[in-house]
This record gives sequence, C-alpha cells and structure tokens, in this order.
Amino acid sequence: MKETPLSNCERRFLLRAIEEKKRLDGRQTYDYRNIKISFGTDYGCCVVELGKTRVLGQVSCELVSPKLNRATEGILFFNLELSQMAAPAFEPGRQSDLLVKLNRLLERCLRNSKCIDTESLCVVAGEKVWQIRVDLHLLNHDGNIIDAASIAAIVALCHFRRPDVSVQGDEVTLYTPEERDPVPLSIHHMPICVSFAFFQQGTYLLVDPNEREERVMDGLLVLAMNKHREICTIQSSGGIMLLKEQVLRCSKIAGVKVAEITELIQKALENDQKVRKEGGKFGFAESIANQRITAFKMEKAPIDTSDVEEKAEEIIAEAEPPSEVVSKPVLWTPGTAQIGEGIENSWGDLEDSEKEDEDEGGSDEAIILDSITMDTGVEVSNIGSQDAPIVLSDSEEEEMIILEPDKNPKKIRTKTISAKQEKAPSKKPVKKRKKKRPAN
Amino acid sequence: MTPPQTHLIYVIRGSRARALPDRALVNCQYSSATFSTGERKRRPHGDRKSCEMGLQLRQTFEAAILTQLHPRSQIDIYVQVLQADGGTYAACVNAATLAVMDAGIPMRDFVCACSAGFVDGTALADLSHVEEAAGGPQLALALLPASGQIALLEMDARLHEDHLEQVLEAAARAARDVHTLLDRVVRQHVHEASILLGD
Repeated sequence: MKETPLSNCERRFLLRAIEEKKRLDGRQTYDYRNIKISFGTDYGCCVVELGKTRVLGQVSCELVSPKLNRATEGILFFNLELSQMAAPAFEPGRQSDLLVKLNRLLERCLRNSKCIDTESLCVVAGEKVWQIRVDLHLLNHDGNIIDAASIAAIVALCHFRRPDVSVQGDEVTLYTPEERDPVPLSIHHMPICVSFAFFQQGTYLLVDPNEREERVMDGLLVLAMNKHREICTIQSSGGIMLLKEQVLRCSKIAGVKVAEITELIQKALENDQKVRKEGGKFGFAESIANQRITAFKMEKAPIDTSDVEEKAEEIIAEAEPPSEVVSKPVLWTPGTAQIGEGIENSWGDLEDSEKEDEDEGGSDEAIILDSITMDTGVEVSNIGSQDAPIVLSDSEEEEMIILEPDKNPKKIRTKTISAKQEKAPSKKPVKKRKKKRPAN
Repeated sequence: MTPPQTHLIYVIRGSRARALPDRALVNCQYSSATFSTGERKRRPHGDRKSCEMGLQLRQTFEAAILTQLHPRSQIDIYVQVLQADGGTYAACVNAATLAVMDAGIPMRDFVCACSAGFVDGTALADLSHVEEAAGGPQLALALLPASGQIALLEMDARLHEDHLEQVLEAAARAARDVHTLLDRVVRQHVHEASILLGD
C-alpha cells in the first residue's frame, strides 16, 4: 500500500508548532520517549519499545569456518527487517532504499566500532569460529527506527549466552546448556545511536523524532556514541546542509542521552538476571501482563499546569458579570413560596399548532366541498369537531380519525356524484395526516 | 596532499522524462571494478556497500545541484572505480563534481570532499588504503567551500568526542585545498576549450 501523503495543513501545523518549541506529545526538544526493554525466555531475545516504535531482537550463534583473510576472528552478521506489520507502506518489494540505509548504519555502528571482541569468538584458528547473527525485526513504526534498533541489538547481544566450548589438542568439545552454563559474549562497550531531526534548513532541531515529525523534517543526523563519550558513527542524511558548530553541539547532547540510556539498559539487564537467578517467572508473558483489557491502565501524561491559575484569573476578570437574576422569595401561604417568575409554558405551543392544523384541514375541505350540499358539509364539520375531544392514545399520531359510514345511504344510491364527493372528504383528512408523519 | 590514485569514469545524462513535476531526479550508481583493490574481489552489482555509496552520492548531489531548474528530468551519475587506494567516497564526489560541471548542469557551488582520520593524537587528512586498514577512526566529509556547509558527514570507528573538532577541521581544510585545485583545473579547461573554438 502506498504511504498516505501528509496533508498540507498538518505539515504546516507541525512546522509551526516546532517553531514555537512545542511537540505534539508534549516533549521538550531534547527529550526521548519512554524506553521499555523486555526480555524473552531464551537468552538473546528482547523487545525494545521506544514510545510506540517496537523492535524485536534475537541473537543466535553457529560454528562455521572463518573468512579467509581473517582466520582468527569470529563473524558478526546483522540483519534488520522492516516487517509489513510495522507500517502499511512497508511492502516486500518497496523498501530497498530505507532498508539499505538502516542496515548499513547498524553494521557500521556495531561492527566497525568493535563493540564485540571477535578474537574471543575463535575456537580453532583457521577452522572453526563462532558466527553470531543478530536479527532485528521492526514490529511497529512510529518514528526513529534506528535508535530503537541499535538499542535492541546491543541489549540482545549483552543478554545472549553462547554454549561453552573447550579445545584439547585437536578435539573440540561443545557443551550443551545442561552440561555447562552458557557463556556471555565479551562486549567492550555499548554504542547507542541518537537521532537528530533538522527542520527549516537547520534552524530547529529535535531529538528522537516520531513518525509525523520524520515526515516533515528536512534531514536527519545520526550519532552513535558509547558512555565513554567515544563517537562510534556519524551519518548525516537527507540533504541538509550542516555547520560544524551544529555537529559539535549535537555530539554534546548525544553524550548526555547515551549516558541515560546506557544506565537504563544496565538496570534492565540486572533485573532480568536477578529474576532468572531467583527462579522467578521471566519472559514476554510476564512483561506484557499490564496490557490486558481487564487491566486497563493509561500512562499518566504530564501536563503543564503552572499558568492555569493566572489564565483562569484573567478569564474571570475579563468576563462580563451575569445579569441580576436573583429575586426575593415571595411567600403566598405557609408552604407555598415563589422565587422569581417562570417563563411561559412552551408546551402550550404544540397544542396550538395541532389545532391550527385541524382548522386548516377543515377549511381546506370546506373550500373543496363548496359544491356539495349542506348535509355533507355538516358531516365534515361534525367529523372535524368530533376529532378534537377524542384522544385515544398518546401515540405519535397527532390525530386519529374514525371513519364513520355515511349517514345518508339514500343519497348514495340516487346521487352518485355526491357520494363520491362524500367519500373524498373522508379520504382527504387521512391523506393530510399521513403527510404529517413522514418519519413513520 | 598527494593526488589520489583512484581513477573514475563518469557519465552524465540529462533531461529524460521522469516523475517529479517540480524538480529533477538525481540518480547515482557506484560500481567498483574487481581489479581495483589489492586482492581481486568479485563484487556483485547490487550489494549493500555499492547501494549505500550510491545513496550517499545521491544525497550529496541532490543538495548541491539546482534541481528546480530542470523539472521532470533525470540526472544519472555513474561512477566506476578503477583503482582504489583509500578515500573512494571523496574521490567519487570530487570527480562527479567535475563531471556535472562539464555537463553544464547548474550547481550551487563546488562539492569538495576529503577523508580524515586520527592516529596517535594527530588528525590526518586524506587517508590512504594502508591507513584506513589500520582500523582507526575515519571521517568522510563533503563540503560546499564558499558557505562552509557540510553536505555529507560520515564517520566510522571510535573517536573520542573531544577530538571530533580537530578531525572535522582537518577534513574541512583539506576539502578547501581540493576546491582550489578543482577551480584551477576548471578554469584551465574552459580556457583551452575557448581557444580551440577559436574565439
């Protein structure tokens, strides 16, 4: 499905809001969305939620023969997939540009920065090494895929345990998890990507853009740093023109953000470790419990109420005071008092309108039946007058007419014309009534 | 700065009927010959690195070419690397700038690129293959010299934040040197061409 285009007014609204330093979800310009990390039952499986963007990461390992020019190093392979459930625009054939960009960025961030000690993945030099494969799947796209993906990758790698191996001479023994505890990977540092979105030719910048902001941005700058303030990757994209000062400022902001996120990751890993050790329940089933419908819980959204009082006072001061309405109570008799005078009962209008209709009907008939003899005219008026006191039910029908047989049968036999005319008036009121009930 | 040993062939084709109604579409393809590096490597045409390089070149030139002046047309830039000795992205950008100018397509400014690195506390500009393979941090920078705006910035491997400014400065200075060189070459070429045309 092709991506729905963003309307001009939405674009303008977003840009204007950014000019006034306001974001749609109430964040400040340098604020990240809530990051939530949950682990699965297997080692190396995690889901990272950055606001509504969700990425699933899974690490697996395999013994293979090494690359020819790097005989003593293990192999790292990263693969990010944009699942079709992430956004309707992601179709199997259509994603290539974005996919290549994201994958290359992740590869450079994690492989070239040497966050994992590949030498430690070597089992037998030149023959057997570990190949570590990190698969990332984007489950929901709400902006800033690269940050969420990099966090998921590094968390999954930190969480992963590979089977233990021992080498004795020529023999290589691979132990199953039951025989010996699996061994964690040796990770030197944790590079985390931080995205900066630029607007209005670089005048405004936002950290962690969400999906709407990404649509209106001019360009993106991604900085990957670790907590030791080492920059692992910089990538500018989207055709913006940057100045050196902007890049330096972004690197400072990124340093702060990365420190916070690294702390969060450490805490999540520790928690999971503790739960597993104590034998408690772990895995996705536990962490998703809050989201059942029976346990409906809204996240508290912080609202700025600092100037509410002043605004309220302003409104009260400027508003016109209500007119004097309160009047003194008048005591008619003990037990009966009156305060003020009520307005006229408006229900009376309805009865009047009904009577008016009757009269109209009656008058119409009178006009049509001019030629008819006096008897029939009397009959008609009788019908009309008979209707008023008869109130049979409180149905929606305004009136019910009881059609009575003709009182002068002789006239019907002799004067057919007059008989027809007699019947006509009886029909007419029915028709009129039908008109009044269009809904039925 | 030693002249780069990366040779390129460039092709520019313009004005084909294409999608965008208000500006030109810039399409870049990067291809590396199998004999370009020290070891013969067979690179399939659509592999990720070539794709990424193509995307980056496209991003650089979309920012520099005045695309508004050529609506509904497509500008294709094909780059073929014959000999690679480090700094391939920078060499590609510089060559493509000359090609676009030669083709007569209007640009905001020259796009000059240079790579830079950081070894033993010193910032180095224009890394060769040996220096790149050593594994230190590498920065590739594409600059519009007149305004000092950075069209593309790309960095790999670990570099401490404090050294970033130094390295950026080295790359920018080298890019400006490239600009003087390119400028001189273009003027000389125009001069020769006008002589040949017999003005």
